[in-house]
Amino acid sequence: MGAVRQGPCRRRAIAMSSEPVNQVRIQMRSDPRLLAGVRELVAAVAHRLGFDQLTSSQIALAVDEALANVICHGYERCCHKPIWISIDELKDQPEHAIRIVIEDEARTVDADCIRSRDLDDVRPGGLGVHIIHEIMDTVQYEPREPAGMRLTLIRVGNRRPASAKDDPA
Amino acid sequence: MSDLQIDIERRDGVAIVTPRGDVDMATSPRLRTELKKLIAAGTTRIVVDLSHVPYMDSSGVATLVEAMKSLRQVAGSLALCNMNPRVRAIFEIARLDQYFTICESIEEALPGT
Repeated sequence: MGAVRQGPCRRRAIAMSSEPVNQVRIQMRSDPRLLAGVRELVAAVAHRLGFDQLTSSQIALAVDEALANVICHGYERCCHKPIWISIDELKDQPEHAIRIVIEDEARTVDADCIRSRDLDDVRPGGLGVHIIHEIMDTVQYEPREPAGMRLTLIRVGNRRPASAKDDPA
Repeated sequence: MSDLQIDIERRDGVAIVTPRGDVDMATSPRLRTELKKLIAAGTTRIVVDLSHVPYMDSSGVATLVEAMKSLRQVAGSLALCNMNPRVRAIFEIARLDQYFTICESIEEALPGT
């Protein structure tokens, strides 16, 4: 699993480094029709935690892309497999911070193989991983026990891509 | 549950495609089907009006990239208009805002399409 593979001690260290509060945990089926509701939830929680509207929607976009990857590549579009999503507020950060953990029971993949493609090669598909990395400050894939993968996403503050405009909505 | 309606209007030889709803993994296949049908029927100039699309993910962007590539093969064109800032942001993040013709309105998109 390369650099991203971590033992239980390392995982515990990451979890303890920022004490989670206000945890939301849901389970969804791997049905693409459920993505709209999940991203509405994620955006609403992020906004409640202090993120502006555009950043909240971008965090929801990153989660949406991650879930789409689980459904499409992990579960090969099978619609009734479980996905767990946990949302935490991280309190001991310099700015408001959110941690989202996505877990599945899909096949375990080498985390080093999950990477963005060359954006100069304009073609359909393959943008999801790039989008996730652009939006989130921490993106960590690791194997999950007893099966599947765990993706940890952390975003701190309203920093955004320089070209993005604010959305007053 | 999400749903996507798609209106198609013809104006001066241009097909104006107006999706209504989120364009995501669940709904982008429907947009893809409609665009492919138009192109297969010989339409070479398309404007996609995104004024009623509050959200788009990378599958929606991929659908538009695919249509654009198909149209360029037949010397056609595709323009996007009326994007909200959230939709525009994904094109900027994917660095595709320079690849597409992005206009503020249908009227602005029509002459160059």
